[in-house]
Amino acid sequence: MISRAHKVLFGVLLLACVAMAAVLIRLRNRAQDRLQEQAAGAPAMEIPGGVPPTEVTLYVPNDLDDSLVAVHENLALPQGESAEAQELLTNLVAAFHAPGSTHPIDVANGVNEVYLMPVPKAAGATGNSGQLAVVDLTAALAAEQPSGIEPETLTLLAMMATLHANLPAITEVHFLVDGQPRETLAGHADLTRTYLASEANPTPNPEAAEGAQ
Amino acid sequence: MRWTEAGLALAIAGLTSGFGQIARPAPPQPPRAPSPLTPSTPSPAAKRFVVVLDAAHGGSDDGARLGKGVLEKNLTLALAEQLKAMLREQGIAVTMTRNIDVDLPTLNRAEIANHAQAAACLVLHATATGSGVHLFTSSLSPVPRAEVLPWGSAQAEFVTESLKLESELDAALVHAEIPVTMGRASVAPMDNMACPTVAVELAPLAPGNATKGRTITNELYQKTVEGAMAVAIGSWRTDQTER
Repeated sequence: MISRAHKVLFGVLLLACVAMAAVLIRLRNRAQDRLQEQAAGAPAMEIPGGVPPTEVTLYVPNDLDDSLVAVHENLALPQGESAEAQELLTNLVAAFHAPGSTHPIDVANGVNEVYLMPVPKAAGATGNSGQLAVVDLTAALAAEQPSGIEPETLTLLAMMATLHANLPAITEVHFLVDGQPRETLAGHADLTRTYLASEANPTPNPEAAEGAQ
Repeated sequence: MRWTEAGLALAIAGLTSGFGQIARPAPPQPPRAPSPLTPSTPSPAAKRFVVVLDAAHGGSDDGARLGKGVLEKNLTLALAEQLKAMLREQGIAVTMTRNIDVDLPTLNRAEIANHAQAAACLVLHATATGSGVHLFTSSLSPVPRAEVLPWGSAQAEFVTESLKLESELDAALVHAEIPVTMGRASVAPMDNMACPTVAVELAPLAPGNATKGRTITNELYQKTVEGAMAVAIGSWRTDQTER
């Protein structure tokens, strides 16, 4: 026979189980509501590897007056200075290729790679002497480059000015074509020498085109 | 990635030779030509006023294609011949680096100019882009006169004079209502020339507010440019004589 005391104890335990189950269900629902609220208020997830756009200055040549025009654009630049330099020049060449270009060169891909290395210091020199950018142009760009002192010089100066404006550590620039040294770009501008980036001295342009893209 | 080991080695070798040019104002360049260093002091015989005209390109080097089968090498030679005739009418002696369509290495052009000990050297080019006449002087930094000139940067001692000659040409061309742009450029053989040197690049004449458009082969346009250049050289001779 089950004693009365056991029956009362069983009843109390049963009630306690039901109450605890109710409390657990309630707590679970509250936790679920909190998570849903947090998810609704959270900012959108960034694309892995995505970089916020940065304002850069591209120097676009004008063949008619032999000038370099500063064009400001917002670009999502990749990490690393070499990749950044290549992205800048790729966008510059895209401006050459764009309809209505003032310095038309009909080529989509003009730069293979940009390599950065420290400039060797002169004997006895101290401090940082800057970086040398070795710009490896594509053979397609050299083939499509209009031949002449002015158009070829403007192409080189635009690249030097763009690199120096956005990456001031670059003080010298040397050009290759498809990884090889070459005498001239298209019969005129000398590619055998290393240029000082400061040689590209664009005229101040207060009415620079803003946000061209 | 298109670097090969050989390409990388060549590139580094090229860069290494270029560093000296940048690091020092008057760098001793590795010899680029078999000729000895150029004496900077002219001999008494060189007092004669001589102009060197260098018609760019020639032979297998066509230069720019200027449309309708016109090649830069032929146009520059024709311009040089016509300018020579105009200068000789003024009693000015002219030396041409080439008189025919022939391959002529850039170093030989500089040797001819330096041997002539010229008072002015004009390197004639043509292009299909831009408008009017483009004048260029060497991008070398000026340096003071020295006993000997490094072959690779002989022009450095003449940059100041070259800029003055460029101003004379600019004034004469503007007076003839030809649009002019001026700049510095690194174009062979200018840096090897031991004389006041300007590269003159003829471009088509774009139509403007006051000017009518002209093709690069337009005879009237060419004559106008040549006439202005002859006037500028005449003024340059007067300036040189008065010193």
